[in-house]
Amino acid sequence: MDVLVYLIPISIFLGGVGLFGFLYTLKSKQYDDPEGDARRILNSDWDDRPKPD
Amino acid sequence: MSETTFSACPACNAAPFAEQTALGDDAHGNVVLTLPTIHCAACISAVERTLSAMPNVTSARVNLTLKRATIETDAAVPVEDFIKELGAIGYEAHELDPSLLMQSEMERAARKLLTRLAVSGFAMMNVMLLSVAVWSGADGITRDMFHWISAMIAVPATIYAAQPFFTSAWSVLRHRHLNMDVPISLAILLALVTSLYETTLSGEHAYFDAAISLTFFLLAGRYLDHRTRSMARSAAQELSALEVPRAIVRRDGRDETVGVKSLVVGDILVIRPGARLPVDGDVIDGTSEVDRSILTGETRPEFVNIGHALRAGELNLTGPLLVRATAVGQDTSLHQISELVAIAESGRSKYTSIADKAASLYAPGVHILSAISFIGWFLYSGDLRMSLNIASAVLIITCPCALGLAVPAVTTAASGRLYKKGLLIKSATALERIAQIDTVVFDKTGTLTNGTPRLVSLPIAQATHLQIAATLASHSSHPLSRALLSALDAQGMSRAQVTDVNEVPGFGIEGRFDGMLVRLGRAEWVGATHDQGTATFLAIGDQTPIGFEFADTLRLGARDLINELKAQGLDVHILSGDTELAVKSVAQDLGITTFAAGETPISKAAYISSLHASGKTVLMIGDGLNDTAALTTAHVSISPASALDAARVASDIVFLGARLDQLVGVVGVADQSQRRIKENFQIATLYNVVAVPIAIAGLATPLIAALAMSLSSITVTLNALRIK
Repeated sequence: MDVLVYLIPISIFLGGVGLFGFLYTLKSKQYDDPEGDARRILNSDWDDRPKPD
Repeated sequence: MSETTFSACPACNAAPFAEQTALGDDAHGNVVLTLPTIHCAACISAVERTLSAMPNVTSARVNLTLKRATIETDAAVPVEDFIKELGAIGYEAHELDPSLLMQSEMERAARKLLTRLAVSGFAMMNVMLLSVAVWSGADGITRDMFHWISAMIAVPATIYAAQPFFTSAWSVLRHRHLNMDVPISLAILLALVTSLYETTLSGEHAYFDAAISLTFFLLAGRYLDHRTRSMARSAAQELSALEVPRAIVRRDGRDETVGVKSLVVGDILVIRPGARLPVDGDVIDGTSEVDRSILTGETRPEFVNIGHALRAGELNLTGPLLVRATAVGQDTSLHQISELVAIAESGRSKYTSIADKAASLYAPGVHILSAISFIGWFLYSGDLRMSLNIASAVLIITCPCALGLAVPAVTTAASGRLYKKGLLIKSATALERIAQIDTVVFDKTGTLTNGTPRLVSLPIAQATHLQIAATLASHSSHPLSRALLSALDAQGMSRAQVTDVNEVPGFGIEGRFDGMLVRLGRAEWVGATHDQGTATFLAIGDQTPIGFEFADTLRLGARDLINELKAQGLDVHILSGDTELAVKSVAQDLGITTFAAGETPISKAAYISSLHASGKTVLMIGDGLNDTAALTTAHVSISPASALDAARVASDIVFLGARLDQLVGVVGVADQSQRRIKENFQIATLYNVVAVPIAIAGLATPLIAALAMSLSSITVTLNALRIK
């Protein structure tokens, strides 16, 4: 059962990565315009270089 | 008030309005435009490129979900320029009043709920993983370690994520009331405390997974509820924000565009044709006709000139008017009618939803049950620890996981269906109340009809005469002229050689044909006798004038809606402020036998009250200011998006779009959603009937609690999704 010493922290860490990833997307307002973002992929604007902020 | 509320033609009414808004109030910063027609990737880039290319624009961003564009400028740019520029590339745009869009606040609340949901979801999965190990036979020191790790994750996560329940429970407890959140909070806290206590004593059962998954499921219900409401609210706000209130004031001989709020009594206002009166006032110069239908329901335009009193909300049709304000803001008759609504609102008995009724039975019941099992077991065994464990197991098992999801899941599914049809559910209990109606009362002008006239039939006349009529009509933007012109153009009528054409505001259009004076306009003006109905007359020289009769057109889909409502066995009435004749013709056209004409706002409300008194349950559908009191009095009410702000505020459901047959199926969806809610309650009850005795008997384990909780939550959600 010694393997649990590694497995439990690893599973919690991986879950935590997912959680922080989600919180990051939430904070950076990535759910404000789901429909628009889905369509923007089809744009050829800024395909050559990133949009300057 | 603004033109945008005029149902007849949103686009042509928005145009003069755009002129008035030439200079935005906030010179710098954000301009928010609504773009109702954008729908694709190409639209986004076209709009953004066009706006970004304009001078002084720092950034422009389109939100396709909300169909809005936010423009940041570093200097004053007239809003009209944006609208014109977008119009040139084929996109309809209207300005929104950013101060009325409280989007950010709702967004913040939604984001907070989502964060809590994410944290509890993360914690739930981890704790469940550990719990599965315990359920599958881990014991001794391994089990204790797993319990401790679970505690380390579950305790902080629950305390953070379940805060909405704690604060809500605390605030009602302080007022010595009970709501659903009280047993929820108690169950969560008791589960945490007894589990911690058990863990310190190396006990067998810990309910950390139950506490956190309870929080997760209930937060999911809460979030669904919030999203449904904020969707409807933001759309309703957008409708109000469309009416950026501005007026043109003449001061020291110069015309200025100012906010309606800054107007004072005595101001001289310039009211252009197509504009709505922002104040009550007297005409001091100019002649025109006004459309009072939004206040009275009467479709026939009224003649006004110097000395006539006008009321806020009326629409100027033909000539420019100079008006001295006699009452502004709170004192206008428009506002006084809104006050009537407030009075009706306070008189409306607050409707208690099924969910509230269930909660008021449920909350005390759960507490009593849990207390009885604690006392019973304590008296029987004298073991405090075991009795406390059983009591908390009872609370956890009975806890309304399914109940918390039963209603929000159904309303979300039903509102989503209706939203696709263009219907906004503003009130949380609207669907429930619609399912109870047996009578539908319609307003006529602007609801069943478009509020715009249409030529009834072409009079028998020489082709030249009709050509003269078409020519004269083409020189005016009066609704009757436009209706006449479109009818004549449909016949392929060519124009006659009419010279010296001149519109006389308030009377009609005149010109010369073959040296004869020709006139198209009001009966008195051309020397005709006018009996009743809406009509305009053509006089050529000394010949007998030719009359053109007009009638209001039915809204598209009106017939389908009425037929469906009748097929469902509902009583249909028409209640209008218009003349008997006009109402009767619409009623006969639609096959409605019960109607009342010439009603005032107060008598409309009284009509609804008397229906209620005779045991009927009424759905009122109306749009005018004269309907607002009736809309508030009715059991449930619907208004079109073209309705006045006050009418929309007073109604529970708003439909976007011009067709009435959008409303077909609303009653069906409402009935279905009520059935689903009741089924969900039955499922939840059934599960309690099975699980509670097990808990009281002291046989409940964390595994049984977790299984029952998840199963019942998933069943009610799936059941809700069955709504078609």
